[in-house]
Formats: sequence, structure tokens, C-alpha cells
Amino acid sequence: MKKTTSVTHAVDNIPKGAIIMIGGFMGVGTPEHLIDELVRQKKGDLTLIANDTARPGIGIGKLIDAHLVKSVTASHIGTNPETQRQMIAEELTVELVPQGTLAEQIRCGGFGLGGVLTPTAVGTLAAEGKRSIEIDGKEFLLELPLKADIALIKAQQCDYYGNLQYRLTAQNFNPVMAMAAATVFVEAEELVPAGCIAPDDVHTPGTLVDYIVNTKVAA
Amino acid sequence: MNAKQLIARRVANEIQPGSLVNLGIGLPTMVAQYVPPDFDVFFQSENGIIGSGGLPDGMDNPSLSDAGGGMIGALPGAAAFDSSFSFGLIRGGHLDMTVLGGLQVDSQGRLANWIIPGKMVPGMGGAMDLVTSARKVIVAMIHTAKGTAKIVEKLNLPMTSSRRVDLIVTELAVIQPSEQGLILAELAPDVDVAQVQDQTEADLIVSETVSTMVLE
Repeated sequence: MKKTTSVTHAVDNIPKGAIIMIGGFMGVGTPEHLIDELVRQKKGDLTLIANDTARPGIGIGKLIDAHLVKSVTASHIGTNPETQRQMIAEELTVELVPQGTLAEQIRCGGFGLGGVLTPTAVGTLAAEGKRSIEIDGKEFLLELPLKADIALIKAQQCDYYGNLQYRLTAQNFNPVMAMAAATVFVEAEELVPAGCIAPDDVHTPGTLVDYIVNTKVAA
Repeated sequence: MNAKQLIARRVANEIQPGSLVNLGIGLPTMVAQYVPPDFDVFFQSENGIIGSGGLPDGMDNPSLSDAGGGMIGALPGAAAFDSSFSFGLIRGGHLDMTVLGGLQVDSQGRLANWIIPGKMVPGMGGAMDLVTSARKVIVAMIHTAKGTAKIVEKLNLPMTSSRRVDLIVTELAVIQPSEQGLILAELAPDVDVAQVQDQTEADLIVSETVSTMVLE
């Protein structure tokens, strides 16, 4: 059985300058309490890996608003004008990666693979600097694994052992990120007794989870 | 019917019963409303669902959204999954069709729709995966950008994929990219060949069987 941690204590354990993966798609499936606490503690110089930077004032957008991010790897920043402004002003760097490629790079990081070959982006601007490999006459790009120091995960349910279940489209990048980071923090809508999530319904096994965040206690 | 409705209506004719279809944000999303309900079509949203549907008033669920972050509903028979699986569906050839907007398409049928260097850098999101690997790719767009041709001889914006798209549908015409070039296949009602060519930079090959769009 695992013990829960307050949001404050959880974020105490995230160093400035960390490489951090954050689940969510346009703020859906993003651990908002953890993000608010990162902002409160001013944990800056972050290297962020996420699908997008949401919108100003929402989800990951709050980290951008607070100038806590020095570099972002994402598939899309179009919905956050502040990310674009900081990029143009050279206050942060952005690497844009096709969404399916980003998911597979993270999966490779967590699954112990040396990389993945994808037909996506062959011949485009996004292929620059990447190795191209021909297999049976078809061209693929070699995309390398992504790993992180920290993953911030949002689940629907988390049981006393840290087993997780996600809901609907709030799942998105959370399960692959929970595999790809050295330390995994989970914020859940509901903390439920062990056994409430049937073994077949566990999306992420609790052995991968290091910190279960209790959003109801202060410090 | 305004220009966007006309485009969406015509694109809907391409959708086969029982197929799996991904609609892009904006104009392409409008296609869904013209697909007959008895077609049993499933729409995929790449953020992780097959079977996205209309949202009854006030029934928003914070865990159920589309690829633009908008709140949606889901149909009976829907399935939800993570991003890795979602793009496995796309790259693996399991997606029958995708409909996307475009900034430019060239005479080789290559699409540009993810970046205007120095001006607008939204990112490609799922577009590169979708255009590279969907079984059929339809570009649904207004024919010109305020008078500037979008169907051009050669792209001057970075391309989304080297794959040739299957069909371009605008408020003026249906154009089929082919190895020989862009074939003008259909005209919108009350539009003639000269009008379309006039608003198109690339040369069009007028099909011998050029017909009027069916919009019913």
C-alpha cells in the first residue's frame, strides 16, 4: 500500500530545471493541482514534453504564463498565443513533432526500445536532422526515444496501490508518460479502495507510480 | 447554402456506410451533419475516441473532448483509448478517410496546412500522420485566400506530407490530383470551367466527363 502526499510536498520533490512530461490534450486529462503548485513554488527552467500547451490560464498554459518553461517538445502550440510569443521573442525554444511520432517516442522511452521507424513526416521540414531508413523499398524516419525525470499524470481513479484508470479522452498521453519517467506523480479525480478497480480495468499498474497526490490536504 | 456548407455537403457524398472517418477542426467538422444517421459511420477524434457525437445541451463531461479541445458527446458503440493507440489506428491503415483544411495544394496534389514560416507556427498536431497514412485524404477548403490562389503550381509553404491527396473539394469545384496533374472533375452549380481556372494557379486538366456537383 502507498501513502498519499500533499500537493506541496509532491512539488517539493520536483527540482528546478527538470525534464518533465505532463499528460493532457488541450487541458483535458491534465493534473491542474500539480501545475498550480509548480507555479506557486516557481519551479522554473523546465524542459517540457507534452502534446500541446493548452491555452493561456489553462493547464500547461499556466506554466507558460509564469515563464517557467525554457524548452517545449509538443505537436501543437497554435491554441496558445503566449507560447508563440515567447518562442518568437526567443524566451523559450519549441520543437514541433507530429503527434503520432511524439506518442511513439515517449512509448519507446518507457518500453526500452531504441527508437521507432515511422513514415510520418518523410521529406518534410520535420524530418530535418533525422535519419531516414529504407525498408522493403519504403522510406521511414528513425525517431528516437524520449524519457523524462518527472511525469505528472492525471487519472480518473487511483486505488491505494496506485493502480490507475483513465476516462474517455482524458487518457491521451498519460499511460505512455507513466512508463517513460524516472519519478511518476499522480493526481486522480477519485482515490478508491484497493479492489475497486478490477485487474482487467487497470490502465496503469500501481508499481509505476511513485507519488499519489492528495489534493484535499494543504501542506 | 453558403460556401462552407456547400463544401461540407459535397464531401459528405464521399463517406461510405460503416467507415471510420477523421474530420479536422473547422470546416471539415461540418461534414458530419450531412452524413445520414443510418450510415453507421464512426468518427475518430485523434485525441482518443471512435464514436464521437453531438453534445446534448448541458451534458458536458470534462473528460470528453474533440481534437480541438471542444466538448463533445459520444455515440452508443463508442470506444476510448490512448494517443499511442489512436495514432496506431491512423498509421496502421485502419482509418478509411480523413478530411482536412488546407493552406495550399500543388499540381502534384501535395498539401501544406501546418505552418506559415515567420507568421503562423501552430504546429502539425496530427495532420502529418493523417495525411501520410489515412486510406483516403480529402482536402476541404475555400478555393482562394481572399483572391490569392491556394491551388498552386508548386507549394511555397512547407508540405504536410509527400503523399498525393485523393480529392480537393472547394465551393467552386471538385479536383482530383493524379500522376498527370490536377483533373477538374466537377463544377459547383452555376460555375464554369473558365471561372475555376481563373482562380487556380496550377493548370487544370478538364475531365471529359466533367459534371455538376450533386448536392442532395
